[in-house]
Amino acid sequence: MSADGPLLDGRCPTGPIETRWERCKAELKLVNPANKRKYKVLVVGTGLAGASAAATLAELGYQVHAFCFQDSPRRAHSIAAQGGINAAKNYQNDGDSVWRLFHDTIKGGDFRARESNVHRLAECSRNIIDQCVAQGVPFAREYGGLLDNRSFGGSQVSRTFYARGQTGQQLLIGAYQALARQIGLRRVKMSPRTEMLDVVVVNGVARGIVVRDLVSGKVETHAGDAVVLATGGYGNVFFLSTNAKGCNVTATWRAHKKGAFFANPCYTQIHPTCIPVSGDHQSKLTLMSESLRNDGRIWVPKTKGDARGPDQIPEDERDYYLERRYPSYGNLAPRDIASRSAKYACDEGRGVGPGGLGVYLDFSDAIKRLSEPVIRERYGNLFEMYERITGENPYRVPMRIYPAVHYTMGGLWVDYHLMSNLPGLFVLGEANFSDHGANRLGASALMQGLADGYFVIPYTLGHFFASTKQEKVTTDHPEFKKALADTNAYVARLLAVNGKRTVDSFHKELGKLLWDKVGMARDRAGLQETLKRIPELREEFWKNVFVPGSGEALNQSLEKAGRVADFLEFAELLAADALEREESCGGHFRTEYQTADGEAVRNDEKFCYVAAWEWKGDGKPAALHQEALNYEFVHLATRSYK
Amino acid sequence: MSAQQSGHQGHSTMKVTLHVWRQKDARDPGRMVGYPNVECSPDMSFLEMLDVLNERLMEKGEEPIAFDSDCREGICGACSLTVNGIPHGPRKGTTVCQLHMRSFEDGAELFIEPWRAKAFPVLRDLVVDRSAFDRIIEAGGFVSVRAGGCPDGNAIPVPKEEADQAMDAAACIGCGACVAACPNAAAMLFVGAKISHLRHLPQGQAEQKRRAQAMVDQMDSEGFGNCSNYLECEAVCPKEISVKVIAEMNRDYLSASLTREEQKNDGGGAG
Repeated sequence: MSADGPLLDGRCPTGPIETRWERCKAELKLVNPANKRKYKVLVVGTGLAGASAAATLAELGYQVHAFCFQDSPRRAHSIAAQGGINAAKNYQNDGDSVWRLFHDTIKGGDFRARESNVHRLAECSRNIIDQCVAQGVPFAREYGGLLDNRSFGGSQVSRTFYARGQTGQQLLIGAYQALARQIGLRRVKMSPRTEMLDVVVVNGVARGIVVRDLVSGKVETHAGDAVVLATGGYGNVFFLSTNAKGCNVTATWRAHKKGAFFANPCYTQIHPTCIPVSGDHQSKLTLMSESLRNDGRIWVPKTKGDARGPDQIPEDERDYYLERRYPSYGNLAPRDIASRSAKYACDEGRGVGPGGLGVYLDFSDAIKRLSEPVIRERYGNLFEMYERITGENPYRVPMRIYPAVHYTMGGLWVDYHLMSNLPGLFVLGEANFSDHGANRLGASALMQGLADGYFVIPYTLGHFFASTKQEKVTTDHPEFKKALADTNAYVARLLAVNGKRTVDSFHKELGKLLWDKVGMARDRAGLQETLKRIPELREEFWKNVFVPGSGEALNQSLEKAGRVADFLEFAELLAADALEREESCGGHFRTEYQTADGEAVRNDEKFCYVAAWEWKGDGKPAALHQEALNYEFVHLATRSYK
Repeated sequence: MSAQQSGHQGHSTMKVTLHVWRQKDARDPGRMVGYPNVECSPDMSFLEMLDVLNERLMEKGEEPIAFDSDCREGICGACSLTVNGIPHGPRKGTTVCQLHMRSFEDGAELFIEPWRAKAFPVLRDLVVDRSAFDRIIEAGGFVSVRAGGCPDGNAIPVPKEEADQAMDAAACIGCGACVAACPNAAAMLFVGAKISHLRHLPQGQAEQKRRAQAMVDQMDSEGFGNCSNYLECEAVCPKEISVKVIAEMNRDYLSASLTREEQKNDGGGAG
């Protein structure tokens, strides 16, 4: 397919990569301290990216109004990140550097991320650790009192900082406390239990949002000088994922329908180490941190259908398939590769556990080598979590794991300033597409969320204000009145269907469809079938969904219905993007494009670009815009972890 | 059916009888409603059992039971159910989202209620308003640093034992079970955990006294009760936070009160 219109300009600096961000910052215009308080910023979402942005912008003197759907900003799903955060500190003296983190991230993303953004991310990573330590984040330390590190996938150095198995929790609490401080100082107004349902565009600029108070049900509008979306990823389009139940695509999808381009929606990350599904009742999947692969060895029996217990299978009848296929990275091969390898093993009939959908993650060697107390110290809370869910003791029997949807690299298209093509709309963290290419390396999501919020948006947003002349608008503007009426009508429409099927039943059906056809392996026929099936399901939803209760109260079914309605539209774009991208790269694996031994085959001639999709209206195909990706510093190469 | 999502069908099923608190909104007096013979599998989490019940209710055209949950892996702190009088249910160190039905006997009778505390008003069914916790953190539960300009992360070594104690307290998920379990509805385990987390790190020590004073004052004004050493909070805490944090809080608060008195005297004596 050819692109519609000219190539998109990502506003990336040129010249030596090491100084691009420095030079960009030097050229950015500033807003003087007295004028900052005249600008109001609406921040939607208060995870790592949103909370750090809201706090930092308020510290600078902007008026900030932040919103989250949870009952407190402390509960955003960043909290569930377990393993760690990367930073190019080289505290281990093992050869790490900004350059190496940059290089690993570009390669890990399978050459589908922007060099300029990724280098900036690697630079900011060092400041993040300093910032978090100053906030009182209790990172793991060595006996000498210095910070400890561990290794993560896709890297040969130890650059991951961690706080037991709860790194996301501790970093989020750090950002939440910075935000709370600003709320206490009355520099941030915080609206929890409030969901964004639309963006208001005035004269081509994002100037406000429509929200629903989830307790009273009241729909309201808010006007500002810029809108910052930090609303996370869309993994729950698959119904079962490691995301929290509330994670959704609504904010970014509604922004997309107001003109923001959606980039690379087909880049979804399936995480290799999750607890296998136990039945149809399953409401979500639980991740077991990638950090476990530091000491756990992944294996399946060599023989198909071997029904013996793991302790009955002798060493020479086990296949440590990651160590065998990828000797230089072994069990720390990147996530996309580890997941696909697990799928192959299970497809061959060598999977373990009920239904044959699992592989072993075995700690017996590590326990022998290091002792049980050491393993307990490193992973105790993860082992307990596993035991609670499965009823099995992983100190005695190997864990059983299977891949599950975890993270989405795609998101709203943004330029180097993190602004979408819709002026005034900035997008941070997982909600944007910019830094991870086609596959995110472990311990990089926390890094990106905090880099965007603490160290990028404070500079680039000021430049937007200083270089753009804007009239003040209030919620009395006709565009706000119209958006409010539209949203009220939309809510009423959901309640009025009054059909027979529950919201969850539609969501589960959509999820199964996507997991089967748009999951770990995709092909043309399956994608085409999915693209036919989604509109049918969507039509049935609008004819037959049952949303009990009223719009003027706390109504969780109504909240879910709105989110599933958006997933039913978004899923079509995801599948269309996967169909259009006729190559395999990172988390996007098209079975037509692979080597004889099952490795991904990229097509750099044709697909070395960002696919940014423009909404063209209900029932019309989205238009494709392309942003060319140039690799000046890390040369395009076949990714190899052998 | 898909490869992943067909999964393993639990061979056994079990039945439980539920009595659930239903309350339309903050003004409604509320009441217990019985749901006999709810079928479930021992492999389900407690919340998945409620999901299944809710699906059944909606299939009959009834309104589902509202309850808070989000991550369902025991870390976000959203879930907040009292099961047979115990916040988060009978299993030690476990949030209710991680409690599985295999913890109960087939045929068990379960009473499910929201957190009960004056400072946590019920919004609907099992959903309560815990914003009082946020206001306590806003009063002082932080280190006053702004983004940028911080010294190198390794500039100040922190002994491992201190860092570990900070982490033990920082593990608090802010769920509020401690308040729900306390006969006085005291929030001291929650407040103590934050004070303990930050006082064990050099970065938090500059504001140690101020923090204790401000957080405790805010806690009192939110209508939480006082501690009379029942230790129910520690018993139900899903992160097993020790009541020693309450002693640390009291020490800082007392010390702050003495200093505050001195400051007043200093001010009065000047000029």
